[in-house]
Amino acid sequence: MIQLPCPWCGPRNASEFAHRGEVVPRPDVATASITEWRRYLYFRRNALGWVTETWYHAAGCRRFFTVERNTQTNEARLAPRPEPEPAPRSEDAR
Amino acid sequence: MMTKPSRYSAFSLLRHGIGHSGWPRAWRSHPLKPSYDVVIIGGGVHGLAAAYYLAVNHGIRDVAVLDKSYLGSGGSGRNTAILRSNYLTPEGVRFYDRSMRLYRHLASDLNFNVMFSRRGHLTLAHNDGSLRTMRWRAEVNKLQGVDSEVIGPGEIKKLVPHLDTSAGARYPILGALYHPPGGIIRHDAVVWGYARAADANGVHLHQDTEVTGIETRDGRVTGVRTTRGDISTPAVLNCTAGWSTLISDMAGVDLPVTTSPLQAAVTEPVRPFLDAVVVSGTLHVYVSQTDRGELVFGASVDPFTSYSMRGSLEFAEGLAGHVLELMPALSRMRLLRQWAGLCDMTPDFSPIMGPTPVDGFYVDVGWGTYGFKAGPVSGEAMADCIAHQRPPEIISAFGLDRFTEGRLVGEKGAAAVGH
Repeated sequence: MIQLPCPWCGPRNASEFAHRGEVVPRPDVATASITEWRRYLYFRRNALGWVTETWYHAAGCRRFFTVERNTQTNEARLAPRPEPEPAPRSEDAR
Repeated sequence: MMTKPSRYSAFSLLRHGIGHSGWPRAWRSHPLKPSYDVVIIGGGVHGLAAAYYLAVNHGIRDVAVLDKSYLGSGGSGRNTAILRSNYLTPEGVRFYDRSMRLYRHLASDLNFNVMFSRRGHLTLAHNDGSLRTMRWRAEVNKLQGVDSEVIGPGEIKKLVPHLDTSAGARYPILGALYHPPGGIIRHDAVVWGYARAADANGVHLHQDTEVTGIETRDGRVTGVRTTRGDISTPAVLNCTAGWSTLISDMAGVDLPVTTSPLQAAVTEPVRPFLDAVVVSGTLHVYVSQTDRGELVFGASVDPFTSYSMRGSLEFAEGLAGHVLELMPALSRMRLLRQWAGLCDMTPDFSPIMGPTPVDGFYVDVGWGTYGFKAGPVSGEAMADCIAHQRPPEIISAFGLDRFTEGRLVGEKGAAAVGH
């Protein structure tokens, strides 16, 4: 099983976490056009290689954190900045 | 270059079968031409079907199908080969029903035995909520002329005696959506059949030909760069499933698609005991028995995005637990192997088909976990779309513009897990 480095709990199995997706800046709700908002909701870069993502330690400390993960190999390392951007809400976090 | 392969017949089978000599190759290999009328990226069932229908229905024969590996090396050879058309939305039901109709006479159309086996398809309901959705689906299906009905545990037990239908089960079976026309097919044969028939109609199939770039000028496609040379073309179709965003990026087209692996597994072969295809959305598992006797198990996609196709032990453990929940008698069966395929997931669990903001660049992507069963109708519709340069009515709900215009198709209830 792949492991993720939780900044508070240490490395844990991926099954403890919920994937929230790549860190994407959230448009300002007050000024964003409907097109910008829909692009933010639905469109994804879906990059092959290293991406910076938000994960949620659902079965652990229940905190969000940011990791860098290689989508080709699933190798993961803690991102330099542990405080996350607000998580994208459209992703289905089953 | 070889001569055109002859048609298969009982006589040719007998002639080549005696002594096993002189079997003709199913399709030819050609040098890469510097230009084609249409270039299709992705040599799976969708790409090959589109090539076949372009040639047969529209007379467009100057077509190349490119694949970075061998034909059918992606999702077309990795799915669990289940066919059904009992979806939730009228658009979905109409679309898949057309696919089922094409599949039913595909063997004679293609002169290739695709081994379609009509088994009946059961989607189990383990709680009141899913039973209610089943009734809804059954009514939508009946309105569209698709044979589909909700049945109770007694009838389920008659169809599949090995299912644990007792009230004391951890997830008791309250009922099921029964879809008699559903079944299984040999997925490799579908790929090979389309490849052979497309080749016989003049399409060039190029395996081991990876696309490295797409040329555009003034918002129009002008060509494709590959590892075997450059091609100039006015029309490119992207049929690359899990890799579709990487190809679309080359043309500068963004897609609302993420890639996740879906794992499946197969057991050792045993005597036939399971006729129907059994699906449980709650337990994230589907089970069918192949003509060879193996049990094929599938699941839902892994819970995060990835391009890795490595299988995991946790998947095999979870799958085994869920299968035994349904059929405790299988506890001594052994898994032979497991594998993964890449699924291109969209926000509304529906495909993206048709033109894009770049003229001449078409997509047939976003098929997620259920692309195989739609292969024939997608090929037919995309061939129509390219030949007439506008999407036909049957795929009009599935355009890329629905995400910027806020017209999503709600198919999650029937497509997220239900195979």
